[in-house]
Amino acid sequence: MHVGIVTFPGSNCDHDVYHVLRHVLGAGVSYVWHKDRLPAGLDAVILPGGFSYGDYLRCGALARFSPVMEDVVGFAAAGGPVLGICNGFQILCEAGLLPGVLMRNASLKFICQDVLVEVQGAETPVTAGLAGQRLAMPIAHAEGSYFADGETLDRLEGEGQVTFRYAGGAPNGSARDIAGISGGPRRNVVGLMPHPERSSEPVLGCTDGRKLFESLLGG
Amino acid sequence: MARTARVYVTLKRGVLDPQGSAVARGLRTMGYGEVEDVRLGKFIEVRLREGASPDDERRRIEEMCRKLLANTVIEDYRVEL
Repeated sequence: MHVGIVTFPGSNCDHDVYHVLRHVLGAGVSYVWHKDRLPAGLDAVILPGGFSYGDYLRCGALARFSPVMEDVVGFAAAGGPVLGICNGFQILCEAGLLPGVLMRNASLKFICQDVLVEVQGAETPVTAGLAGQRLAMPIAHAEGSYFADGETLDRLEGEGQVTFRYAGGAPNGSARDIAGISGGPRRNVVGLMPHPERSSEPVLGCTDGRKLFESLLGG
Repeated sequence: MARTARVYVTLKRGVLDPQGSAVARGLRTMGYGEVEDVRLGKFIEVRLREGASPDDERRRIEEMCRKLLANTVIEDYRVEL
């Protein structure tokens, strides 16, 4: 199992994801610079959190035009697992790989806190066997309020594409308390605002996030 | 001589605008009780090299809006050329 982690200018969670996959879970991992192509033979691709391109214009709007994204779109279309975390989720939405958009939090504040999210909907590469579980993970974002029109939201719910929902209400104003969704030809594209890489080791106080990476590596 | 396209990007009706609401509250607090609502948007100036036909110019700037300058899931745009 070999995972590619894309680094954009302004990504700042790429090393955290690398650390968890490599040192905690013993997987093969490579960084992929945003100007390069995806190397052949990857089993999964992760777009990490951060502030790609300084969040200029809109979060994720400029990163979607990085050269590597052409390969990421192709990889996703072929059914390859793609996970976008926080800014990575925003990039997936801007790139049209997932529907909707992440808007400024309703409170206008950057929110940094632990949340509980419930795994729902159809199984995805990062939620194998986790349906119904409530996972504790931290969020850290100013633009995490998920928005899509009513028709899109109904379709997401109807087709089991709401993968993560804030238990006990969204802290950021997200439509229908959505914390993460899935898409792609085999629900192989997943985006979520919480940070599983920051909750994968006992020393960090919580290991629930690790389950997502274990699912990804096990698939 | 460069031409300038003026692009106005605004949130679609029905999309919550927490920044606009905060500004509206601020104005009312300052005593401007007549303020009913405020919507925040972006104003973008794009300087264009001369050469393209007006039709092409219009078509290409609209394309820029759809592809990058606005996210049409939540935003509308208007171009002045």
